[in-house]
Amino acid sequence: MDELIKKEYENLVKYYEASGGNSKALISDNYASIVINGNHVLAKNSTKGIVIETKKIEDGVYARILIKKGHKAKNPVHLCFGMLPREGKQIIRSEIIAEEGSSVKFIAHCIFPNATHIKHIMKSKVIVGRNAKVEYEETHFHGKSGGVRVIPTTFARVEEGGEYNSSFLLRSGRAGYIDIDYEVHLASCAQSMLISKIHGMGEDEIRARESIYLEGEHSSGVVKTRMALRERAKSEVVGKTIGMAAYARGHVDCTEIIMDEARAEASPVVAAYHPLAKVTHEAAIGSVDKKQLLTLMTRGLTQEEAIDVIVSGLLK
Amino acid sequence: MLELRNLTVKKDGKSIVKNVNLHVNRGEVHVLLGVNGSGKTTLAQAIMGIYPYKGNIFFEGKNIDSLSVWERARLGITLAFQEPARFEGLLVKDYLILSAKEKSMENVKLAIKTVGIPYSILFEEIGENLSGGERKRVELAAVLLMNPKLAILDEPDSGVDILSFSLISDVILRMKSHNSSVLLITHSEDMANVGDKATILCEGKVAITGERNKVKNMFKYSPCPLKR
Repeated sequence: MDELIKKEYENLVKYYEASGGNSKALISDNYASIVINGNHVLAKNSTKGIVIETKKIEDGVYARILIKKGHKAKNPVHLCFGMLPREGKQIIRSEIIAEEGSSVKFIAHCIFPNATHIKHIMKSKVIVGRNAKVEYEETHFHGKSGGVRVIPTTFARVEEGGEYNSSFLLRSGRAGYIDIDYEVHLASCAQSMLISKIHGMGEDEIRARESIYLEGEHSSGVVKTRMALRERAKSEVVGKTIGMAAYARGHVDCTEIIMDEARAEASPVVAAYHPLAKVTHEAAIGSVDKKQLLTLMTRGLTQEEAIDVIVSGLLK
Repeated sequence: MLELRNLTVKKDGKSIVKNVNLHVNRGEVHVLLGVNGSGKTTLAQAIMGIYPYKGNIFFEGKNIDSLSVWERARLGITLAFQEPARFEGLLVKDYLILSAKEKSMENVKLAIKTVGIPYSILFEEIGENLSGGERKRVELAAVLLMNPKLAILDEPDSGVDILSFSLISDVILRMKSHNSSVLLITHSEDMANVGDKATILCEGKVAITGERNKVKNMFKYSPCPLKR
């Protein structure tokens, strides 16, 4: 690693640790990992059963992660994506292929601590093979200026008996502009849970469209959204499950807390195209629950402390 | 310890609590009896500062009328709601730690042992996964951990099984032994046996205050003696 890249790497890893990442995993041979700053791959590591390939493409970086047939990864795959400068554009196109019977967990951290004008575009394709399992946990750390535009799109196909769970978490700092677009297609007996938990403040704007198509018999999916918005933050959430086969089960669950002048719109969409499919939804938007607030205040917490506890719990 | 002077609470223009005078001494368990709708819960919440009121509340000789809920809590007053709130994402152990005056896991473990719930529940979320009885016991543990000067317990015995009765009584007596005062709201004559004194609230007014057995007997035969 030349000196410049080494310095870039060390700086990024410093923020990665601060956002809760395990920096030791990035240098260990026992963990598969990728570190990308801007559109430069700073480091990558494949392990037995997990093959990582990256290449520079015209507008960014392409990464392909293959989990070989039957491989049950003991350690999670660590992904560290970020941009340390204030301005710039990062485009990552990724492809995750979990072959039949494999299982893997990804821990991704997306770090933009100094952003004033940064655009992060993530285009992912995920293929989960028969009876394979993929968990993808993505935590964002954006700093305080709100100058980040995060645009992640994922198209996932889960084959028979497979499982794909994904979570998008932003619990502190400014969200900036987030526009999530996830689409998951499930074959028979496949299952999926899509979770997004985001805290917005200032002028933050958050959009999330998450859809699960229950195409196979006995497939099941849950779209779960939790948001807490303060000041003038706005959100627009569409959670969708479409039951297309017998005994498919889907559920959309959206809860948002709004404070100050924040505004939220939630549209749970449920559709059934088979008489034996069942899809349900629940959505609640409102201020902080008064009983929760009073309960914590009777324990001696101020109103602000109580709100912090309630919001932290919701986004946990 | 606690003195209510001519306390009146109105909700939507209607008087729910009317001109109530009440004394609770240090280390005393005072039982508040009354039929549904007699104003017990409203009175309890007014003492905690949740509802505005007319009249005065003195705590340890100090007028606390201008204090907010949390300021009263920090003085040593707390309230366990009849239907305790549930919290998404908040673990029982974290809830108990934030309630505790002395924040240690040893104290938390001791408190949950006292209220008779298993250790494993500490790592559960305070959500719909807990039964009503478990949630009430967690609330009692939180109150115990606060080591309050005055605990207001709003029907801690409702919705719990018969075996829990003696356990709740034990918890109340434990608080008393630590010189805490307890204002206990209940419908149950059995639960009332834990009290030193008792008051019957009837249509928002104090019907009688006095020695527990005397008041309890009156309640048995005439639960709302002011009602005509």
